[in-house]
Amino acid sequence: MSVTYLNTGLPKPVPAPDGLDAPFWKGLQENKLFIQRCSSCHRWQWGPEWICHRCHSFDLGFEEVEPRGLIYSHERVWHPVHPALKDQGPYIVVLVEMPQADNIRIVGNLLGDPEQTIPIGSEVTARFEHHKDEDPVYTLLQWQIES
Amino acid sequence: MSSDRTLRGKVGIAGVAETTYYKRGEAPDAEFKLALEAIVRACANAGISPKDVDGFASFSNDRSDASRLSAALGINDLRFANMQWGGGGGGGSGAIGNAAAAITTGMAECVVVFRALAQGQFGRFGQGPRRNTISGDFAHTVPYGLMSPAQMFAMKVNRFMFDHGVHQEALRAISLASYHHAQNNPRAVMHGRPLDEEKYESSRWIVEPFHLYDCCQENDGAAAMVLVSADRVKDFDHPPCYVLSAAAGSHHRAGAPVHNAPDYATSAFKTLAPRLYEMARVKASDVDVLQSYENFTGGVLMSMVEHDFCSPSECNDFFAVDNLIASTGKLPLNTSGGNLAECYMHGLGLNIEAVRQVWGESSNQVDTADVSMVISGPMVTPVSACIFGSEATL
Ligand SMILES: [Zn+2]
Repeated sequence: MSVTYLNTGLPKPVPAPDGLDAPFWKGLQENKLFIQRCSSCHRWQWGPEWICHRCHSFDLGFEEVEPRGLIYSHERVWHPVHPALKDQGPYIVVLVEMPQADNIRIVGNLLGDPEQTIPIGSEVTARFEHHKDEDPVYTLLQWQIES
Repeated sequence: MSSDRTLRGKVGIAGVAETTYYKRGEAPDAEFKLALEAIVRACANAGISPKDVDGFASFSNDRSDASRLSAALGINDLRFANMQWGGGGGGGSGAIGNAAAAITTGMAECVVVFRALAQGQFGRFGQGPRRNTISGDFAHTVPYGLMSPAQMFAMKVNRFMFDHGVHQEALRAISLASYHHAQNNPRAVMHGRPLDEEKYESSRWIVEPFHLYDCCQENDGAAAMVLVSADRVKDFDHPPCYVLSAAAGSHHRAGAPVHNAPDYATSAFKTLAPRLYEMARVKASDVDVLQSYENFTGGVLMSMVEHDFCSPSECNDFFAVDNLIASTGKLPLNTSGGNLAECYMHGLGLNIEAVRQVWGESSNQVDTADVSMVISGPMVTPVSACIFGSEATL
């Protein structure tokens, strides 16, 4: 059994029915972070959309990004709103900014002590959290402050 | 803006009303019946027949359909049926703006703005999804335990407080002011349930920086307002109360998915507030009393900064209880008790309270309420705001 940050039982992420974010979810299962990038103006965009908001090109792809970033904001949750987290205790959600990809942001959990202080601006690196025993299988992207 | 392209002084409020406000799930009536009851009462408050209403405007995908309302009430001729896009309370003042625009342009004569909620009948807000799988934008947040409005907005508020060194006590003052005002308002669900600093501090965290008392209630009930053209306003029993301006919208890519708005730590009013004030021809220092939507106290603070009531660096001084209470405070805030302590009717109660202040009918009346302002639904998109004014403002 792999150890997961949050208790199991939350809804499992699956690609959008229209396929918009499918490369992202597939990449995570292969320990890779794929983010949408415009083939015309070469800028990064997140969350994914069918059009580039900068140049209005429909020619968008997904490219691999080094899975590291900076804590842009954070929160410590104490009151669960889902039964799966009833006995979880406090947990930390972070918003991670990626300067290497036009400062797009991704949501994840911050690994480690849930009561740790969380300095905004801290460098974090990703951990791929595989949920291989689930049906369907999926992978979450979690974060750890660099020591 | 050319002078004829304005709502300023073109529309007035003929009547307002609400049902009894209930705790979540405790309304004895169906949601649609609550809507009807609020509308009938608002028409009675105006002294008109509901049959003479010719338009409905609402927000947040209200389930009480305008055609069903029109049939149920025997409306003679429905001319305007409008829904402001967007969730939460972001559309409250926007719906008033839409109604006012319809009247100003001659599309309708008498428009009811309303909101009805029965969560017992239709399920709660603020709860995580119970599905086995999840896709779309929420797939990128829910599996990490980020799923409720409190959790979505705390992320913005934390960043704002970090950027500007805002203390928890500033949020606390907002909550204490609302509960203070509710003690004088018999309609308030929290009437008779006062809050003090100790009770606030010892309350549990929901998600930092929100204690329990930083979060809005969840309620059942309905609220309605009757809008007519300004030339009819003096036909009614109330002192004239005009719409001076209304504005809705949000800044560049405010709705960018998965927390990617370029300007992130904002209540989404930065581009709207100048338009609001320009149309009303007032500035923040002219505002006599303010109702500012509290989904969470942090949103109130950020909204008020973005409407120029204080700068970010002044928050720790400005947000003190004494400044925020009627009638002695610099800027009496949420004088009915608001969403925290009167009722969470997706904020339409705030608009009603703003009108009652102009009419001199508030349970926490300020001395002179010539300019009475409402900020609706911070941190969602689109958001909205409106300003009401007395005869003296025209
Ligand atoms: Zn492009």
